[in-house]
Amino acid sequence: MKNVKVYGPGCRRCETVETMVKEAALELGVAVEVEKVTDAKSIAMAGIMSTPGISVDGKLVHAGGLPDAAKLETWLSA
Amino acid sequence: MTTETHQPPAPTELSNWAWYAGLPVAAGLWWLLYAQLIPFSEWATALFPVARDSHTGEAIAFFIYDVPKVLLLLTGIVFITGVLRSWFSPEKTRAILAGKRQMWGYPLAAALGVLTPFCSCSSVPLFIGFVSAGIPLGVTFSFLIAGPMVGPVGLGLLYGLVGWKIATIYLVFGFTIATVAGIVLGHMGLERFLQDWVRELNAGPVGDMPEEPLTFVDRLKIGVEQVREIVGKVWIWVLVGIGIGAAIHGYVPEEIMLRIMGGEAWWSVPAAVVVGVPMYTNAAGVIPIVEALLGKGAALGTTLAFMMSVIALSLPEMIILKQVLTYRLIAIFLAVVAAGILATGFLFNFLL
Repeated sequence: MKNVKVYGPGCRRCETVETMVKEAALELGVAVEVEKVTDAKSIAMAGIMSTPGISVDGKLVHAGGLPDAAKLETWLSA
Repeated sequence: MTTETHQPPAPTELSNWAWYAGLPVAAGLWWLLYAQLIPFSEWATALFPVARDSHTGEAIAFFIYDVPKVLLLLTGIVFITGVLRSWFSPEKTRAILAGKRQMWGYPLAAALGVLTPFCSCSSVPLFIGFVSAGIPLGVTFSFLIAGPMVGPVGLGLLYGLVGWKIATIYLVFGFTIATVAGIVLGHMGLERFLQDWVRELNAGPVGDMPEEPLTFVDRLKIGVEQVREIVGKVWIWVLVGIGIGAAIHGYVPEEIMLRIMGGEAWWSVPAAVVVGVPMYTNAAGVIPIVEALLGKGAALGTTLAFMMSVIALSLPEMIILKQVLTYRLIAIFLAVVAAGILATGFLFNFLL
């Protein structure tokens, strides 16, 4: 089970990222648990300055804007 | 080495040469459409059963001319800006600004504020990230003021709708206000007015993500993505703004405009700021209004003050920043920036 965190204060793009992660995981057949982090303090503590950000199993993989679908699959299957 | 041949490329994936070829084709098409704006708007206005030189005729012509023009300009500017900004990121900007305590940290921050991509919804993590990296508060404010104030969308539309002179004046003074307001705020020792948790916070180091190398085509894709996102979001503001502009252009008599927003009415500058701050719209929505105001003889200083306060100072942004700033600091911030805007307004009304 991979733990994926989506960091963002709840703007539309953060929602989109959450959906993208879930869809990509489903397609790859990887079990994921998606957690949304919306609190500004926690986002800053994670070292993220541009949202939405994504971390997989505690490792930050992306910050700022929508991720590339192909890259998202790489992160999830790594 | 075996290559994965079982996966055909997705149909939406355009090959690189298509992007390279598509760029000049799109630019040419854009230019053709832009050149047809006046004939098109005159033709379309003539379809309405009103006299061309009546109030209603003028308003309709303004609206029909401005809608495609602003949308075309917006598309072009957002695309180019999206591509240019793909070379910048908040993380890089923070690295550049950290440790620059000398005076030129302020203008540098203002310049980077214009070039760094960030949406207002990430201004809080960005603010914390800057302050916790030891970037002085004043420099951070210069960055945050310049971003919306001298954004490329506002400048590009000003250039297209009211000409290069006013666009240049706006650029120079917007940039100066961002720099000077940052310097003033930086010398006031405001750190104690941050929210407690921000002061105590030692934010983690910026995540060391592997730098994702982007090809030129990747950057073009970012530009297209930006157009889809931003134009898809602000077109409604554009229509509302042009509607208001058209109403002013068609129906407001020049004598009344001169009395309210003319250079003689000194009180019009502060009034423009007071009206402008609570107004929340995108630069793309306010510039058609500016175009109509100037066309009716409103004084340049008053109009600049109005435009700057609408674009640079907005209540929703203050509410977002409330998470990290106390009311006291927000009030000081507003007062300093508003003072800069007022000074600009008075200066131009006095000079012209």
